[in-house]
This record gives sequence, structure tokens and C-alpha cells, in this order.
Amino acid sequence: MFISDYALSVATFVGIWVTLSLSLGILTGFAGQVSLGHAAFFGIGAYISAILALRYGFSFWIALLGAIVITGLAGSILGLPSLRVRHDFLVLATMGVNFVVVALFRYVDFFGGAMGLVNIPAPSVFGVSFRGGVPYLLLVWAFAGVTWLIAWYLSRTWVGLAWHTVRSDEDAAAAVGVSVPRFKIYAFAISAALAGGAGALYGHFIGSLFPDTFAFVESIVILSMVIFGGVGTLRGPIVGAIILKAAPEMLRVVQDYRFTLYGALLVLMMLFQPMGIIGDGSFIWRNLRRLFGREPATVAQPPPHPVEEPAAAQQETAS
Amino acid sequence: MSHVLEVQSVSKRFGGLEALHDVSLWADGEILGLIGPNGAGKTTLFNVVSGFLEPTSGQVRFRERAIQDKPAHEVVAMGIARTFQIVKPFAELTVLDNVLSGHGMPRYPSPRAFRERVHTPDNEAVARRILERTGLTRWADTPAGSLPIGLQRRLEIARALATEPDLLLLDEPAAGLTRQEADALADLIRELHAEGISLIVIEHNMHFAMNLCQRIAVLAQGEVIAEGEPAEVQNNEAVINAYLGKQGTNEVVTMGPGS
Ligand SMILES: Nc1ncnc2c1ncn2[C@@H]1O[C@H](COP(=O)(O)OP(=O)(O)OP(=O)(O)O)[C@@H](O)[C@H]1O
Ligand SMILES: [Mg+2]
Repeated sequence: MFISDYALSVATFVGIWVTLSLSLGILTGFAGQVSLGHAAFFGIGAYISAILALRYGFSFWIALLGAIVITGLAGSILGLPSLRVRHDFLVLATMGVNFVVVALFRYVDFFGGAMGLVNIPAPSVFGVSFRGGVPYLLLVWAFAGVTWLIAWYLSRTWVGLAWHTVRSDEDAAAAVGVSVPRFKIYAFAISAALAGGAGALYGHFIGSLFPDTFAFVESIVILSMVIFGGVGTLRGPIVGAIILKAAPEMLRVVQDYRFTLYGALLVLMMLFQPMGIIGDGSFIWRNLRRLFGREPATVAQPPPHPVEEPAAAQQETAS
Repeated sequence: MSHVLEVQSVSKRFGGLEALHDVSLWADGEILGLIGPNGAGKTTLFNVVSGFLEPTSGQVRFRERAIQDKPAHEVVAMGIARTFQIVKPFAELTVLDNVLSGHGMPRYPSPRAFRERVHTPDNEAVARRILERTGLTRWADTPAGSLPIGLQRRLEIARALATEPDLLLLDEPAAGLTRQEADALADLIRELHAEGISLIVIEHNMHFAMNLCQRIAVLAQGEVIAEGEPAEVQNNEAVINAYLGKQGTNEVVTMGPGS
């Protein structure tokens, strides 16, 4: 079977961005912490892993592990603003974090400065080194699979439920015994650790790192993937990342305008399918479910309650 | 002998406004009614007791332990659960999952939270029993946000019960309910009391409070102005004045929910 190098590398990139999107899905979709700084964690992972391998001679595998652990720690520290600020300000705070991290990459010599880091070694197994190709593709998608598995697993545990309560109503969360700060930090740490792993895989794949790769605009791209696919679901970030990463690669014309396209897409999604292209209740998802007989033709309504006014009306009058 | 709950000289300031002034109150294994005009500080007192607000001064003791500086999630772990006057359901979760969220209380702080699944037969059985008691069984799989307000109020109680509290704080549980629904609620509250749960119930409807509670405390402008058995309180001069002063009518007994 013949697969062009180009197709392989696109598929590898898509795998990396699926991981990024899934990991942000944990933070934003599960725990409700909207972050415009995810590229910072992507970058921290990439730089840590590259430096561990380049400067300290660690093997790829140790460097990858180191990147995951250290980025996870960084996530739990950089997540601290989420404990103090409200939602809209958190978006700004995470943006700020992204700018600071990129500035560190650019102006601190240890991180290679504006010249970046080059000659990042490829991973090797039993002395056989591989950069790119099918083995690397499999490695990247295996990591995406592990990320999905972690997200899926957590979504069914008490952690997943606690995240949902935090995202839904922080006061009510506290009232059922959820420590809101604790679960926000869990989300930041786990999300960052996985993004750090994606970063490491990225660095050792392309062999060189430059600060601008991890700029704020990349955070927008990753968030777009989550929102485009369907926030709060597991399939949404995957579908979003595949479409938004692969489409511009395949349509070269689009490549130059891809940020314009992302922006336009986001606006359209917000207007017409805020739950994402394949999120719960979206047009596609409803019809898929109907097709496979998972959805009744009409949704069962709870029996009407004669005398009670709708909750919304009450909320307005209560002070 | 000390009481289950002791509020000792609690004051709470919001900038220039003193919402609670030197409030002292106790509760034991009983149904204590907390009444008072709009803006009296009733909800603020609940917020202080349940750890959502730190008092400016004073102490709150629960089973002899000072809890006034504990955060809300620790207070509920100690056995004080509450409902919200403005209901706060987890709107996208089903009614069953809302109740399960309360059942998870002891697990959230422990590593078990990472290991244990929410939807096990055991956990669901516990939650369903609570739904049954609160009359919510047929809405188990309905998203909480789409329930009418009366059922959302019941869900508030169900979710609080799922944390297995020793003291339950209910903030206007009967607001917006029909007469029959209010009666059913009163029955449930009596049942919970019979099982050994202490309750403090904020209520605007005097009739409801008088029938339900063994003892009533009256709050007005941040101060406890009267306290005692329903009959005593009802005829208390200060209480009548507080309501008249606020409302300008003498419809004390039938006063409706906050406007
Ligand atoms: N977080 C807050 N910040 C500022 N002021 C507050 C806050 N919470 C309550 N207040 C004020 O404190 C006073 C007491 O409010 P509270 O909600 O405790 O009254 P209440 O007795 O529960 O009234 P109602 O019967 O209307 O529910 C009011 O004047 C209110 O505006
Ligand atoms: Mg109130």
C-alpha cells in the first residue's frame, strides 16, 4: 500500500491536534473553564521535551514523560487565576498566560530565543530511530487514543460529575460538597499534561521549535475545534480537529485564509449550531441517532404541571 | 448542654449595609421556623451558616465545632445541607443525576473520585429512593432545567438530602407551591424530622410556618426580634409592628412569597 509522505504527515498533524482539542475539551467542555491559552501548554510540552532530549540527553520516552508531568504541574499553577476571576476574565487571564509563555520562549536564551530549538532528536525503539512515517503516525494516534480514553473514563467517574457541577453552577457545586477550586485545578492539570504530551510529539516530529508556533492565535484554533465539533462531548473535539486541521491542508487555496475561515466558521456556529456540528441536539447528531434508532420520533415530555409557572419566570422575580 | 447549631453574635456587613446585626440563635433536633419581612437577612443567615459567606464577626458552632470560617463544601461534609431560595439545579443533568451529585459528597475529596463510577446499581438505588420520597420518580430522566419551578424546589430538597445531612436548611421551600403541594411538603419535612434530621425552614407564609414549626425565630432588619412557640410569636407586639411597618397592611397571616 502506498501512502504519500505528505498524507502521512497531514494525518500525523491531525492526530496531534485531535489530542490538543480533546485535552481542551476536558478543561472547557467538562469543567467549563474557557481557555484561550491552550497553545501555551502545547508549547511548554514541546519545549520541555526538546530540552530534556537536546540538552540533557534523555531518551525520547523519558522526555515525553517529563513533558507530560512538568506541563501538568505548569497547568495547575497557571490555572490558579481561575480560582479568583469570573468566566469572562478567565478568558483574558489565559490569553495573558499564553503571551507570557511565548515571550519566555522568545527572549530567554535557555529556550533557544527567537532562533528556536533545532535538531531535536527523533524517538527510537531498540536503537531504530524513526521520524515520521507510519510508526510515528501510530504513536501519535495511540496518544490521541489514550487521551480519549482518559477523558471518556473520567466523564463517568465522580470527577466527571463534579466537573459538570462546577461548569453548571459553582454555588450549587459547593452545596453538594464539591470543592470548586480543587476540581478546577484538577481540570487544568490533566488538560495541560495531555496538551504537553501533544507538544512533545509535535517537537520530535518536526525536529525544530519556534516560539510563534505556540502563539495566541493557535489557542483560538484549538478552541475553535472544540466549539466547532461540540463542546462538552467526547466526539465533538475529535470531529472538530479532524475537519479544521485536515481541510485547510487538503484545500491549498484555503490555507492562506484559514484564520479568516476559522473566524467566520465560529460566528456561523454560534448563530446556527451553538452546540457544535456534532454536539448533543445538533442537526447532524439528531439525525445520526434517528438513523440508528437511538432516538424516539418524539421526545417524551414530562407530564404537565397545571398550576406552576415556568422556572424562568420565577428566576426573574426572585431577588 | 450545648445545641446542635449555635449562632453566636453574628454580624454581617455588605459595605454600608449591616444585613445581620449581633444575631444569636440556636437549633436542636427540631423544626425551627425562620420568618421575617423581605430583606430581613434570613438568606444571609443561611449563607453564613452554610459557609457561603464569612460573618464579619461572631461565631457559628455546629456540634460544638466552630465552622464560621469553613468553606461551603466542608460545611456540607460536616452535615449541614441547604437549598437555595433562587433554585440552582444542574440544569443539563437529569433529575437522577442531580440527586447523584449530592450522593457523591463523601467521594469528592478522596482519590475514590477518580476510580469510582457514578452510575452503579448501588448509587442509583440510593438516588431513586430519595426521588421516591420527594415524589420525583417519574421525572428521573428529565433534564432538571426543564422542570417547572415547584418540582425544581423539590429537587433542591432531594439533592440536599442525598448528602445525608444532620441539619437541613430550607430557604422558602413552599414558595410558589399550591396548597396540596405545600401540604405534601410539610408532611415530608415532618417525616425527615422524625428520622432525626434537624431543620431550619425560612418561610414567608406564616400559616405554613405556624403549622409546621415547633419554634419560630423572627428576623427583622438583621436582628432577631422574637423567638418562641408559634402562638407566642404570632401575638408578639414587635413582630406585628415589623410586618406592619414593612408592608403597610395587616395581612400578616397570609403574606405571600417575596415580590
Ligand atoms: N451578597 C450581597 N451583597 C450585598 N448585599 C447583600 C448581599 N446579600 C444580601 N444583601 C442585602 O442584605 C439584606 C438582607 O438580604 P437577605 O437576602 O438575607 O434577605 P431575606 O431575609 O432573605 O429576604 P427575602 O425574604 O426577600 O428573601 C438585603 O438588603 C440585601 O439586599
Ligand atoms: Mg431570602
